[in-house]
Amino acid sequence: MRITGKLWIMMFIGLVSLTIWISPALAKVPAETASAGHAWWFWPIILFFVTFIMGILAVLGGVGGGVLYVPIISGFFPFHLDFVRGTGLLVALSGALAAGPGLLKMNLASLRLAIPVALIASTCAIIGAMIGLALPTNIVQIALGATILGICVLMLTAKKSTIPDVPKADRLSSILNICGVYQEASTGEIIDWKIHRTPLGLGLFVIIGIMAGMFGLGAGWANVPVLNLLMGAPLKISVATSKFLLSITDTSAAWIYTNKGCILPLLTVPSIVGIMLGSFVGVRLLKVAKPTLIRWMVIGILAFAGIKALSKGLGF
Amino acid sequence: MEEKTNALLKASPEQILYAKILEKGMYFGLLILFITYILYVFGVLHPYIPLNKLSGYWSMNVHEYLEHTGIKPGWAWLGMLKYGDFLNFIGVVILSGVTIICYAVIVPTLLRNKDIIYAVIAVLEVIILSAAASGILAVGH
Repeated sequence: MRITGKLWIMMFIGLVSLTIWISPALAKVPAETASAGHAWWFWPIILFFVTFIMGILAVLGGVGGGVLYVPIISGFFPFHLDFVRGTGLLVALSGALAAGPGLLKMNLASLRLAIPVALIASTCAIIGAMIGLALPTNIVQIALGATILGICVLMLTAKKSTIPDVPKADRLSSILNICGVYQEASTGEIIDWKIHRTPLGLGLFVIIGIMAGMFGLGAGWANVPVLNLLMGAPLKISVATSKFLLSITDTSAAWIYTNKGCILPLLTVPSIVGIMLGSFVGVRLLKVAKPTLIRWMVIGILAFAGIKALSKGLGF
Repeated sequence: MEEKTNALLKASPEQILYAKILEKGMYFGLLILFITYILYVFGVLHPYIPLNKLSGYWSMNVHEYLEHTGIKPGWAWLGMLKYGDFLNFIGVVILSGVTIICYAVIVPTLLRNKDIIYAVIAVLEVIILSAAASGILAVGH
């Protein structure tokens, strides 16, 4: 086995070992006892390392940081789901803010496509956050577990279309003038793109926004299939616009969680820094990574975290 | 023809403007977040909740946490900036607030280009995000 392959497996084992080691539930002790057993500085340091590995795996596995952060940290760390969701949104938001300006300047993220979608998604993310904070924690935890397992299925089954066939732009997208031109770097081909099925796509962003706000997840896992497969935006435009879109969707929900008091700086800052540094390293490792292996690892971690969230919510 | 294609390949003026403000806000917010965190964890500014007591609160839900610590939700943290933990909220608010500024700034460009629908959507987005930021939409357990 090549060195890079061994490195990924070591990282995977490292992440799983760290989470199991610090998991109060798996150690069969209450969260308070587990927390009290360590000096305060243990938690930001361990959070930094776990989120650093998460940041690498997220980039290589093609998912956002938030979708890994919330199920893993809420499942295996002693922090309440309210604080994990608040931080999860800020983690996803920071990643989107870091990538957004470059993607907009390169004209890969389309502001024309993002603005109407963001209005719906951000409004619904506020509603989702309010629902999520009003519901009992175990209900949210069960729904989170089911959603994470659903994301695993989506990751296993969803296809991608580099340049979808859009015979004719629909009426709404024509009125809004949602279209663009971009150059495919690998071939030099100029691609003139437009979208269709806009009303249905915008309708689905109601559900995506609610889920993003309710669970504190970034919603790239849902944005990309809707923009690409349903609305017909080219894959690169969909991925870039989705990443930028998170900076708006997650902002609205993050305000609700921040105003509610769900931000503990001791947890939030090392998580943001860890996942951002991990993402930078991940981008550099992309050249040598084996995407299929990493994707399977990410799906495995998500499935494990989803089952953990379900069992925690059900009280097992 | 080639000139027209090259022009189309470039991002629109409002998109570039949005990107520049987003970039500045992101760097500024992260810098502030990093500095205030250092001041907090190294004890330069004393926290409202002592660091070694925090683990007693983070497994509570947010309602119990606020009740036990006597912290008020919403923008009450503005009156507690003398504490190291609350100082970190400045960075969080900059990161969460920069998008509102980006939207507000592109409205005049959209209006100049007679892009009325997008100008209206941008104004609506500013209103929605401002409502979320204001704290009037708070709910809880």
